[in-house]
Amino acid sequence: MEILNAAVALLNYVIIPATSYAAQLSLGALGVTLVYGILRFSNFAHGDTMAFGTAITILFTWLLQSFGMTAGPLPTALIALPIGIAATSALLLLTDRAVYRFHRKTKAPPVRLVIVSMGVMFVMNGLTRFIIGVKERNFADGDRFIINAAQFRHLTGLHEGLAIRSTTAITVVVAIVVVGLLFWFLNNTWTGKAMRAFSDNEDLSLLSGVNPEYVVKVTWLIVAALATIAGVLYGLDKAFKPFTYFQMLLPIFAASVVGGLGNPLGAIGGGIVIAFSEVSLTYAWRKVFSYLLPEQFLPHGIAQLVSIDYKYAISFIILVVVLLFKPTGLFSGRSL
Amino acid sequence: MTRLNRPLIYFAVIGLLYLSIGILQSWMLALTVLNDALIAAVMALGVNMMWGYAGLFNIGISGFFALGGLAVVLVSNSANLEAWNAGTPRILLSLLCGGAFVFGGVAAYRKLPSAWLRVVVILLLTGLGWATFEYVYTPAVEAVEAVNPASAGNIGGMGLPVPLAWFVGAGFAAFAAWVVAKIALGLRSDYLAIATLGIGQIIISVMKNEIWLDRGVKDVYDLHRWPVPKEVNLQNADWFIAAAHSMGIDVRTASALFVGICFALISATVLVFLLTLAETSLNSPWGRMMRAIRDNEVAAEAMGKDVKKRHLQIFVLGSAVVGIGGALYAVFHGIFSPHSYDDPLRYTFLIWAMVILGGSGNNFGSTLGALVVMLIWIQAESLGPALMHLITAHLSDGPLKSQLINSAVQIRLPLVGIVLIAVLRFSPRGLLPERSRN
Repeated sequence: MEILNAAVALLNYVIIPATSYAAQLSLGALGVTLVYGILRFSNFAHGDTMAFGTAITILFTWLLQSFGMTAGPLPTALIALPIGIAATSALLLLTDRAVYRFHRKTKAPPVRLVIVSMGVMFVMNGLTRFIIGVKERNFADGDRFIINAAQFRHLTGLHEGLAIRSTTAITVVVAIVVVGLLFWFLNNTWTGKAMRAFSDNEDLSLLSGVNPEYVVKVTWLIVAALATIAGVLYGLDKAFKPFTYFQMLLPIFAASVVGGLGNPLGAIGGGIVIAFSEVSLTYAWRKVFSYLLPEQFLPHGIAQLVSIDYKYAISFIILVVVLLFKPTGLFSGRSL
Repeated sequence: MTRLNRPLIYFAVIGLLYLSIGILQSWMLALTVLNDALIAAVMALGVNMMWGYAGLFNIGISGFFALGGLAVVLVSNSANLEAWNAGTPRILLSLLCGGAFVFGGVAAYRKLPSAWLRVVVILLLTGLGWATFEYVYTPAVEAVEAVNPASAGNIGGMGLPVPLAWFVGAGFAAFAAWVVAKIALGLRSDYLAIATLGIGQIIISVMKNEIWLDRGVKDVYDLHRWPVPKEVNLQNADWFIAAAHSMGIDVRTASALFVGICFALISATVLVFLLTLAETSLNSPWGRMMRAIRDNEVAAEAMGKDVKKRHLQIFVLGSAVVGIGGALYAVFHGIFSPHSYDDPLRYTFLIWAMVILGGSGNNFGSTLGALVVMLIWIQAESLGPALMHLITAHLSDGPLKSQLINSAVQIRLPLVGIVLIAVLRFSPRGLLPERSRN
């Protein structure tokens, strides 16, 4: 019984939150990795792309809500999501046409593109603050829980409760569907194969008749969709604040680099590694221990290895350790 | 335009712009912008040393900058004897212990012969080190933080003169940079960027959360600012009142202006001193070597230059300069607020925009860039809403209009972004390109 309670506590406070966080990070990291694989630079504007897509989705969600339109038990934001994706796609295609294309044509060194992306970051950040402000926005509606702690306790008779929030479930389901679609697309469609070929060997793919501009456009469309979905899921799960999205840049980059930059599978693996390390190291384990250990062996404190304020340090340390010992990432990066 | 007078013309134009703020808006505003710009120029010089001389991509600037501010708190604030007695030595001891274990771990990794022995010893040292550190550190921290938590709760400073904090700030930043460099300098440029971004965030979260160190988010107020006098003292000094009257300015404004001018003079002196050093070294054989390494690492290495060591050197030096900027900034604003540093757009990327706009590799360029970008940044904050009032004049009052006007402050972000993008598109070498030295 005690072991079951411990398992439920572990599930409730570590595994479930870490899974949904991993899903959000993986989607973000996939965007970064795609840009790196095809356009060959680290896109520092990615966090703000996510924020922009989410902001548009929130605005449209409010509009729908004001018409009295909701998705029943699901959050209304899911209906508004396509609009957010469309707007973000438009913005990214416009940015590419106005900003990145020139540097691509002139074969600028990648590091210049990184600095250009900092400029884009400023513009997008300002744009997001302009349309939605800097305050925290909560836009989740629909059912809050699939099962809440009281129901679970009643159902199982266990002392420890388990709560599954609907946003968590939605996050995981949506992420799995999106990732599945992405991999199907990359492996089975002509465009997907062209993208992989372009990423793997640019010259050879050009020789085989792949149109680089087409590949780049499709990439931006996919990145827009991934970024918006990741942003909206994160916002639903926690709350939306433009600045948080900028701060997610570090764990997202860490996830994509740890997995191997340019490797989509690596982005997912990296997301899982980062999310689970972050959640399990910042979790106060006392509760789980209290079910497993006899009273006299219990630790005095809350048995938290790293204070939650230092969660960035965890992504950072994992990033550095992986880079030092396996510079191409755990899943060996550099081609789609 | 010949190459000689181009910088002069740019600096003259920007000088006129600052003067026109003084004449058209207010001298106080002009001085504030100038002071922030001069401090930003010091930071930009540091970034230029790393990026322009050596091509090292550091975007953890805000962290190194905050370390400079921390130095001011620790050096110039008055000592807190009660906190010292409560446990400051014990905290220092715990930090030493932690450092010793890290050092031992690194030594074990380097010296031990077999791989699994290394793993075992390092794991052992980590566990033991963590336990020792926690055992020494936690009670001491609790004791220090319990001392007068409403107004102090931190270890206090050493009560030494403020200018000493410039050096200590440089030292702190240099030490942090040395640690980062030891770990991450061998990495590819964008990996280094991400690693520095991480270290910047970590430094700032340490400052935000370690109350014993700097009161964390509770901020440290009333930093000492010697040799600049306080406004209040000036307003009560007879000679100052007399001087203000003779110039026909009221005493309050005069004292604020006087203080502003003093700060500007100090920052300018520091900046000129650093610029002279930077220019001299850039023109020396050392500077030539740095450029050679930047332009072709392999060739430089083949010529027997120790690329790794030089990178480490310039990374530490550049970060130290950023630290000096941080010390100047904290003294100028009179407050150390770790929370406010948690804004990489303002404290990291804005500085990068200055360096790129001014011309990477050119020290005077980064100063020019700082003067221009800071002007845009601060002016857009007030002119944005004013402009929006004009644009929306024909709109009826309503939520849309107020939203537009309230959001117009944010115009400065896209503006800086557009400047950055435009420079990279049309003139990637910046306003004052690096001189070719053939």
